Formats: sequence, structure tokens, C-alpha cells
Amino acid sequence: MTDTETASPRALPLRPIEALGATALDGLEALGRFGRFFVEAVAYLLIPPFKIGRLLDRINFIGFRSLTIVILTGAFTGMVLGLQIFLTLSRFGSEAFLGPAVALSLIRELGPVLCAVFVTGLAGSALTAEIGIMKITEQIDALTVMALNPTRYLVVPAIVAGVITFPLMAAMFVVLGIFGGYLVGVELLGLSPGTYFGEMRTFVDWRDLMTGFWKALSFGIIVPWVCTYKGFYCGHGAEGVARATTQAVVLSSILILVWDYFLGSVLP
Amino acid sequence: MIRVRDLHKSFGGQAVLRGVTLDVATGEIMVVIGRSGGGKSVLLKHMIGLLRPDAGSILVDDVDITRVGGAGLDTVRERYGVVFQGGALFDSMSVADNVAFPLREKTRLSRADIRERVEEKLAQVGLESMGHKNPAEISGGMRKRVAIARALVTEPEIVFFDEPTTGLDPILVNTIHHLIVELHRKFRFTAVMVSHEIPEIFGIADRVAMLHEGRIVETGAAAAIQSSQNPVVKQFIQGDIEAPARAG
Repeated sequence: MTDTETASPRALPLRPIEALGATALDGLEALGRFGRFFVEAVAYLLIPPFKIGRLLDRINFIGFRSLTIVILTGAFTGMVLGLQIFLTLSRFGSEAFLGPAVALSLIRELGPVLCAVFVTGLAGSALTAEIGIMKITEQIDALTVMALNPTRYLVVPAIVAGVITFPLMAAMFVVLGIFGGYLVGVELLGLSPGTYFGEMRTFVDWRDLMTGFWKALSFGIIVPWVCTYKGFYCGHGAEGVARATTQAVVLSSILILVWDYFLGSVLP
Repeated sequence: MIRVRDLHKSFGGQAVLRGVTLDVATGEIMVVIGRSGGGKSVLLKHMIGLLRPDAGSILVDDVDITRVGGAGLDTVRERYGVVFQGGALFDSMSVADNVAFPLREKTRLSRADIRERVEEKLAQVGLESMGHKNPAEISGGMRKRVAIARALVTEPEIVFFDEPTTGLDPILVNTIHHLIVELHRKFRFTAVMVSHEIPEIFGIADRVAMLHEGRIVETGAAAAIQSSQNPVVKQFIQGDIEAPARAG
């Protein structure tokens, strides 16, 4: 019997451990690549030339094209909140607090988070698909051989556009949500407008607004970062692009919620 | 001059290039032939700096592009024009914008000058009235011609063609080949073309190199390759399905 033949059965119990180790190493490598991708984007953000035309195009792609969904979801989220919170508060005779309850929910949590999740589904997935298709059709290679850095051209403008548009879209979502809550609480259920807005002024302060702002801003970095990364590293063919798009939406949504919890626990 | 020396590349343990050595003289049209999946495009991707070899060097006028990165590599690439297999046209832009793109991004030419240069290049490839169209609205042959116009618009010194006629009918193959020869005569760039269009490429190549099993098995003038006695080259040119004797 040869050495190899005697070694194989002994090695068998180690195989699951080897597989686990290989998976862990692959995961670490992917994490490192993901981090390096972002660091590279930040580096190119600080080194001119800046692609202003591309930035405007990405603001249109991420922000302007998402306006309809932000308007619709913002208004209806506020209406649902107005209805549910009114019914809950009325059990305790505290309907007067409807305004601050709707406003605080939207400003601190639901505005930035829901807006980011909806924009991920709409613009983020499109961003991944667009870059993925550019990759599989050698358009990214074409940029590279023209001595144009694809990170500078495709990633940096998307992240800067996210930083600009996400807080603005979250603000729009919040304002429309508050008016949605007003529509239900005041116009349909009979709460006085003075109570709705007056109590809001008493309970909502700048710290709440800043919490919402920082959340929206950070989601504006996370979503384009994840979505461009997944496009850049998508697999082969249509299936590779489809899988990358799904992964981008899922990973972005998870990171939004995890980061939301983290910021919620450290910000005042 | 481009000098490829002892280039090795493996993917996942599978050796694709096993010591490629090739010289491309300034101003010539060098065509690399070989079977599909034989590593021709991999060799080309090394020459344009999209892949790094496991071992070996590629000297472009004494700059080893396998050793430089970032700005150093970009300086060499600024002398390049590349025609990709599928054209690699930007589908978010019109045909004219695709051709104008390298000029807008890499030069300080005025809008009027860029427009003039784009119109001139589109006319040279016979697409003067197609500038407003989207790449998705034109035929495969037209897309290849737009890709050639885009590659040549910056008047590069070295142009790489990755199977520029794949998937085209014989008439279009000849049209593209004539176009390349005509543009080469006019602009005198160095051309490296990867192709398996036999025998058409013998009409346009100054020299031909045969890549087989990861190595260049023969290099020579087009006529010499056509009459080569090397069994591998002979089999490839004749399209013989019988396995050849070992490469000489």
C-alpha cells in the first residue's frame, strides 16, 4: 500500500474543517476586496480630474428617476402611520401626540431607511445591472485601455451622487409622510391642525433631524458602494448579472438595517 | 516595437500561455492565428495590460508593461487603440458620442474640432450618416466599424484588433479587412490582430504568428506561413480534422 492510499482515509475527517477554512478565507478575501474597492473610490474622489458631467448624470440616474417612488411611498407611509398611530393613541386618549409620533418615526427611522430601501430596489439594482452589463460586454475594459480609470468614471460619481441625493430624497419622503399623516389624522379623523403641528414643534428638535440626516447620508454611501461593487465583480453572462443584481439589493438592504441599528444606538 | 518574452499565464491551475515569445516590428500588421480557446485573446489582453502574467515580460519600446502600473501603464496605453471582439461600444451613447468619447476625455480639443474629427473618422469607415444612431440600432458589421473608428480617432501608434471579423458574413469580413489595410496604409500604425479568418488574413498581414498549446510555434511572412511545412500550422490552415504530428 502506498503512502497516498494510507493517508486518504486519515485525511477524511479533516475535509469538512478544510472546507470551512477555505470558505472563511474566501469570505475574508471578498471582504478585503470590498473594503479596498471603497478605499480606492475615496482616493479617486480626492484626486482630480473630477467627472462633473458623470456626477450630474448619476444624480439624474439615482435621484431624479426615483422621485415618483419617493413621493408615492412617502405619502402613503405617512398615511398608514397616521391611521395606525391615531388608532393606538386613541385607546389612551392621547391623540394629541399623533403629530410628534408620526414626525419622529419618519425623521429618525422610516424616512431614511424606507427611502434607502426603495431607492436600492429602483436605482441601486439598475446601477448593478448597468455596470455588470458593461463588464461582460468589455465596456469596462474599453475604459481601462483608454487610460480612463473605471473607478473614477463609474464608482466615484455614483457614491457622490448618493451622498447628495439620499438626504434630499429622505427629506422629501419625511415631508410628504408628515402631510400624509396630516391628511388622515386631521382631514379624515378630525384632529385639529394646530394640535398636529403644534405638538410636533414641541417634541421634535435638531438632534432628531441630524440623526435622520446622518442616516440618509451614510445610506447614500452604502447603497452605491454595494451596488457598483456587485456590478464590477459580477459573474459571466446574463445569469451573472442577474445574480449580482439580486445580491446587491439583498446586501444593501441588510447593511441599511444593520447600520441603521448601529447609528440609532450611538446617535442621540 | 513590441517584444513579448517567455510569457506564462495559468487560470485555476490550467496553463493557457506556456512561454510565448513574439516580436512585433513598428508599422507592421502582425496577425496571431490559432485555434479557438487557444489563448490568443489572453495574449492580447496581456499586451494591452488588462491581464498580468505569471512570468515573462512585454516590452513596448523598452517599457516593460508587466512591471509598471497606474500612471506608467496609462502612459503606454495612451499610444494604444483597441478594437474589442464585440466592439465594446458604450450603449448609453450614440455612435458619434462613442467615437468622440476618447477625444472628450483625453484631449483639450474644442467641441468643433472634436465634431470635425468624429465626422472624418465615421466617413473613413463608411458610416457618415450614422452618428445619431444608438449602437443597438445598427448591424454587427457597422458596430465593428464604429469600434475601429473609435480606436483610431486619437491616431494611436499601436492598434490591437481582437477578432474584428468574428460573426460576420464573408463579404463583411473582406470589407473590414480592406478597411484595416486602407487605414493602416494611411496612418502607418503598428497593428496586432488576433484572428482565425483563414485564408483572408494572409491578404492583409505583413507577418503571421501561429499560437498553439500556449506557445508560438511559427512566425513568418504571410506567404511563408501559408506554405509552412510545420504539421500544426498546416493542419490549422487546411482545417484538417485529423490530429497533427507534434509541432516542429
